[in-house]
Amino acid sequence: MIWLLILVPMLAGIAAFGVRNNPARRALLVASAAAHSGLTVAAWFWMPSPVLNGWFALDGLGLLFLSITSALFLPVSVYAVSYLRRESSGRIQDIEEGFLFDNAPEATFTACLLLFLAAMTLVTVSQHVGLLWVAVEATTLASAPLIYFHRHHRSLEATWKYLLICSVGIALALLGNFVLAVAASSTPGSEPIPMVFGNLITHATRLHVPWLKAAFLLILVGYGTKMGLAPLHTWLPDAHSESPSVISALLSGALLNCAFLGIIRTQQICVAAGLGDFSRELLVGFGLISMVVAAVFIVGQNDFKRMLAYSSVEHMGILSLGIGLGGVGVFGALLHAVNHSLTKAMLFLVAGNILGAYHTKSTTEVRGVLRALPVSGVMWLAGLLAIIGSPPFGPFLSELTILKASLDHGRTIVAIIYLALLAVIFIGMTTVALRMTQGETTKAPQRESLIAILPPALLGVGILLLGLYIPPVLNNLLHETARALGGL
Amino acid sequence: MNTDIILILLVLTNLRLLGAGRLGASVRTVAVQGVLLGVLALLTHHDNLTVAVLLVALSGMILKGVVFPWLLFRALREAEVEREVEPFVGPILSLLAGVAALSGSLWLARRLPLPESPGSSLLVAVALFSILVGLFLIITRKKAISQVLGFLVMENGIYAFGVGLVLESPLLVELSVLLDVFVAVFVMGIIIFHISREFDHIDTHELTNLKD
Amino acid sequence: MNFISFIQPLLAPLQAGLALMLSPLLLGVINRTKAAFAGRNGQPVLQLYFDLWKLLHKGAVYSRTTTWVFRAGPIIGLAAVLLATMFVPLGGLRSTVSFTGDLVLLAYLLGLMRFFTVLAALDTGSSFEGMGASREVAFSALAEPALLLGLAALARQSGSLSLSSIYSSLSFDAWLEAGPMLALVVAVLMVVFLAENARIPVDDPNTHLELTMIHEVMVLDHSGPDFAFILYGAALKLWVLGALLAGLIIPIRTGNPWLDGGACLMGMFVIAMIVGIVESSMARLRLLCVPQLLVGAGALAVVALILSLR
Repeated sequence: MIWLLILVPMLAGIAAFGVRNNPARRALLVASAAAHSGLTVAAWFWMPSPVLNGWFALDGLGLLFLSITSALFLPVSVYAVSYLRRESSGRIQDIEEGFLFDNAPEATFTACLLLFLAAMTLVTVSQHVGLLWVAVEATTLASAPLIYFHRHHRSLEATWKYLLICSVGIALALLGNFVLAVAASSTPGSEPIPMVFGNLITHATRLHVPWLKAAFLLILVGYGTKMGLAPLHTWLPDAHSESPSVISALLSGALLNCAFLGIIRTQQICVAAGLGDFSRELLVGFGLISMVVAAVFIVGQNDFKRMLAYSSVEHMGILSLGIGLGGVGVFGALLHAVNHSLTKAMLFLVAGNILGAYHTKSTTEVRGVLRALPVSGVMWLAGLLAIIGSPPFGPFLSELTILKASLDHGRTIVAIIYLALLAVIFIGMTTVALRMTQGETTKAPQRESLIAILPPALLGVGILLLGLYIPPVLNNLLHETARALGGL
Repeated sequence: MNTDIILILLVLTNLRLLGAGRLGASVRTVAVQGVLLGVLALLTHHDNLTVAVLLVALSGMILKGVVFPWLLFRALREAEVEREVEPFVGPILSLLAGVAALSGSLWLARRLPLPESPGSSLLVAVALFSILVGLFLIITRKKAISQVLGFLVMENGIYAFGVGLVLESPLLVELSVLLDVFVAVFVMGIIIFHISREFDHIDTHELTNLKD
Repeated sequence: MNFISFIQPLLAPLQAGLALMLSPLLLGVINRTKAAFAGRNGQPVLQLYFDLWKLLHKGAVYSRTTTWVFRAGPIIGLAAVLLATMFVPLGGLRSTVSFTGDLVLLAYLLGLMRFFTVLAALDTGSSFEGMGASREVAFSALAEPALLLGLAALARQSGSLSLSSIYSSLSFDAWLEAGPMLALVVAVLMVVFLAENARIPVDDPNTHLELTMIHEVMVLDHSGPDFAFILYGAALKLWVLGALLAGLIIPIRTGNPWLDGGACLMGMFVIAMIVGIVESSMARLRLLCVPQLLVGAGALAVVALILSLR
């Protein structure tokens, strides 16, 4: 089954290059997404067995992130159909500067999208250190053409920054892998430890400590670049704001999580080797710095897609903080991963709707969304309220859990900084949300196509549900995984 | 002793890159580095030279010594840029920074003793030095091609680290680095071509449109 | 051998005498090599001797704007470099005078010579000399650390701070043991040799355009015996730095003084020929690139030092 999970999107992606007919290709996209989701749901009930000597296996953590990815990809692919229909009409005029540009061929877009899904699936099922790295590298390569969909200089700049910075980060992660291999190298008289996460965790006490510390640091910085932890986040606002909203939704919702997965797995090894304090301090530090940077740039942000991108930086900081605090914070962080992904994806899709209607990304020029686009307006307001952590939505619960974790461990200063930054971001984003949605506008109320509304609406309903009631299946999985990670 | 000579030659190529004034010379120096690394790989595995190891080392040498320079020169030609390096930090300061980086790497290498030392203790230091030089080149050079070269140098350092430490599965090491480098250069080459066509230059310092 | 033990105490003054007599020959070899490359017959090899003889018999002309510094410059310079010659070993042979730390004294004596040359140049009050002086000082500020660091690497390698002990330990075994490091020091010393002696690629000794001169323009105003002292001092400086270089390149330390000394002497003439070849095949570097070359040599010297510290 694991093979199917990877091969279905990969083969569909390769096939998409050959399909000439646009509607047929879009149907292929949605069909593959549906098949992938089906397989994921099946994996919940019949856990697939490890493949290839344990290199590919789906453990609790992998299943969680796989489900998030799949749950995101299906609505996004449906939305992508309407997006492609809108964007495939020849030369387009740029909204900000008025020049004409064209898009990449639609085949490239669809194919890269499916290959992107395949690569992310590969990340979630990889249990071998090297294989995980290859998968993360593959996601970078698959997503670069997606960011460069609109062929103009701003997206080119964003793509160049993305490619260069993430490649440097991944190269550092590769060095971290080698250092980890040195830490695991055999002393004469004992067997070599295979570079599979499970084996590394069980034999963690045999690892050489200074090399393990160096390895964790390198992997944290390397995958942290991909994840968007400050100060390595500099590619994130540009890439997420210049790429099409569909892609931003996937990047923020799924890709950042996959990079986080790499960090979590390495942290597991550190905890098992007794270096838990060292790794947790680093994670808390990076988490707080990310939140500070995000808060500074969210307040007074003029571009709402950039604001959403910085909000991703903030939430990645919260995730890092949660794992770094330990205890019930790990559970909180995992729950927050789910919540944030669903919310951010919904927000980006709605942002796409707003952008399509208003033709501007400025937060000051967009007014009265509630009047012009009623459903999208409601979703926009709800989504922004959700992402800043107000009840009754999901992120409130997870952020509260992380707060509880910091107080449990007696880290009051961390808790105070955390709350203060959340408050600053609350103020910053609420101002924008209220300004954008309320007020008068010259735009007449527009018909919103069902395909453009339904996917974000579904995600929004999901977030609301998660805020009120966590299904036991999910709850069990989260608890199990948190326990495996050393929390609870 | 033989590996020592190769490692010192690597250090010299890195210093040459820091002081170089022309893009063509830099590309050739990185090519020479690639070949030296292939030789290093062969030397460290000289007691268990399987066909696979030989093949990987040779393909690495051909890729880095022939294919990449050809790709990069083609990108240079198509971009029709001036062949000067145009750094932010001049060659003298870069050289001094390089010497400081070398001292730092040696100090760090002494604090990280290898659990089993197959090669020389100079290896970790030189690998670290290459990585630092690569990062320095990425940060302080304006032209996109120089940044790709910096990335290549960084990968060379990582490769030297991986190859010289006689890890359990040396092939995985070399293959993953080769994959990283090949695809990165390929994709970056394409992007550079797009950049030159879009902007009429490849000065990434000028890519400041997107900011807060 | 009885003969050797008889010769032993005389070796030191013999070596000094050799330096004093043969150093102008080096310049002659360089010029002849350049002429051969250019397809000419060229000056006689002993030309510098004739020039010195001629100059010593001439009268000196002193400008009215100069002071005693101008007259003292060449004399002190010559004295300094004569003293420096006493410290330089010829291959495996000990120098005339040697003590711990004499390599530092050597560098400073060369510096002293340069200092007084510069002072004499500035004393004339002419802008050409001043320009040459500033260039010379700028370049030597970069070349001196390279020299000292290179010598420090050698000192670390051989474990002593006296030039004679260092050079007598630079045998073939030393090369086998620390080959790369010694090769780096050779490169450094070569660059310093070219820079300090005002050869291409740092300075063109044949140029007649004052704006392109560095060293010659400083000595433009000297005449007669003063100029003879300067030329002879330059030849001795060639010998000093050439002996340092040749002693490093030729690792023949058999213990037989004739063999060692003769081999080193051979080496110095070969170096002179190499300088001639380099001068015939390259142009002088752009003035802005010369500091880069010197800093590059300095960086190599630091690498050599680091290698020797391991």
